[in-house]
Amino acid sequence: MQLVRGEREKQSEEMPEKTLLKVNQIDAFHGSFQALWDVSLSVTLGEIVAIIGANGSGKSTLLDTISGLVHPAKGSIEFEGKNIFTLEPFQIVDLGISLLPEGGRIFPDFTVLENLIIGSYNRKARPESAQNLQRVYQLSPVLEERKAQLAKTLSGGEKQMLALGRSLMSDPKLMLLDEMSLGLAPLLVNELYRALREIRARGITILFVEQNVRRSLIEADRAYIMEAGHVVLSGNVDDLREEERVKKAYFGA
Amino acid sequence: MTFFADLSTPIVMGILLGGLYTVIALGLSLIFGVVKEINIAHGDLVIFGSYFGYVAMTVIGIDPILSLIIGIPLFFGIGFAIQKYLLNRAFRISMDATLIISFGISIILQNAYQLIWTPLSRGLTTSYSLESLSAGPIRVSLVYLLNLIVAIVVMFFLREFLRRTYLGKAIRAAAQDRKAAQLMGINTDRVYAFTFGIATALAAVAGVFLGLTFPFTPVSGMPFLIIALGVVVLGGLGSIVGTFVAGMAFGLAQTLGGYFFGVAAQMLVAYTMVLVVLAVIPRGIFGR
Repeated sequence: MQLVRGEREKQSEEMPEKTLLKVNQIDAFHGSFQALWDVSLSVTLGEIVAIIGANGSGKSTLLDTISGLVHPAKGSIEFEGKNIFTLEPFQIVDLGISLLPEGGRIFPDFTVLENLIIGSYNRKARPESAQNLQRVYQLSPVLEERKAQLAKTLSGGEKQMLALGRSLMSDPKLMLLDEMSLGLAPLLVNELYRALREIRARGITILFVEQNVRRSLIEADRAYIMEAGHVVLSGNVDDLREEERVKKAYFGA
Repeated sequence: MTFFADLSTPIVMGILLGGLYTVIALGLSLIFGVVKEINIAHGDLVIFGSYFGYVAMTVIGIDPILSLIIGIPLFFGIGFAIQKYLLNRAFRISMDATLIISFGISIILQNAYQLIWTPLSRGLTTSYSLESLSAGPIRVSLVYLLNLIVAIVVMFFLREFLRRTYLGKAIRAAAQDRKAAQLMGINTDRVYAFTFGIATALAAVAGVFLGLTFPFTPVSGMPFLIIALGVVVLGGLGSIVGTFVAGMAFGLAQTLGGYFFGVAAQMLVAYTMVLVVLAVIPRGIFGR
């Protein structure tokens, strides 16, 4: 597939009717600072898509905007064909979008189990709570072993695994992951990505933000590359790996 | 032995008075811990509870404690509305705005009480007001004993509610991390309104028992707010047990201070105790 360059992307050609998430030319601000400029992106059902970029390139703001923490100043966001960019975060969770925020942000004074249960707070996930809990324990048996422990006593890797499990408890159709593996040892990163592949195999669509370009281009189907609030490049990971600009900027070749 | 008997009275009274302080402080602590607002009007809402009991008793003729059956849901609704229509909006501007608004509510309430009930001192005098129980050398006023029982009952229900229900868990989650709570699908604005409603319902309970214990005037709220602030900070923010222990400590410091240094010095002793403890443990007894 050919690479699509520049800020604007022709989604209609690439994406048939099963588009899950569609971000159309959004601008977003942090106070008076414009963090996103005319950003467009789309995610198809069942895909795993990466957003790559340096610190301050707008990756996190993009995820915050999709999940309703930040409202776009311009443009629109559609999920399953419905406009969601005016909705509040709790309404967006109800629709089936779950954000794992940067740093995990687990509830430190809750036990592991309480953290997981609060993940199933939204009305649709509540009846499925017991079943989803078993699935999370299957994915990460260590969470079951430590279920009665206060979350703040977990190790860094366990905290992120808990954040991932908590996110799953909301029964999402689309998971947004913000730098899930930041600051973790390679072995733990592998563990998290193994879990991510299992989650994907269950049919959950994933959009993740990652600073590690090499890792992103292995794990994802497609990727968007952001610089200073713009999408500068996007396409299949196989093509992106061969792209000169990517090689130069990220692989030093 | 006489010395011990003499000292036992202020100790028992201090603990029982601590029960009342705990109930007054719990609402303040809840709002402080969850919404991060300092509700300056909390003392005045407590006094509103006292006047509510007064009206129930003098106008309708029902027992003030019994009147809480209506008082609790009514005050819950008032608190819910205050947070929903005033404070949640101010919140988006700044935390200072919420402080100023609660100060405004305080002034409005005090003036309304003056207009409606005059500046005269009122009290909730019931058939059991003068009852007392004695165990050995110690005589305990029934109303004081009720204060402690109510504190324990209120703490038990609050704790169970916060632990067992989804809404209670949502309140605790929002207290720890507002943004993360929103990402769990929690409507934090609604959770804050519920929290303020519960705290105001607690103010109704506190107000009735305050009225049974002490005479009150339209401006009685402020001294009790100041006591409650001391108790909340002493106990450590957001800790129910901490508030209870601090309530006891404050009551004891007050009654023992009065015993040793005279009634005029009792608040001085209590507040000196708060400052000394905070100098040693700045986060409070059960602070995180």
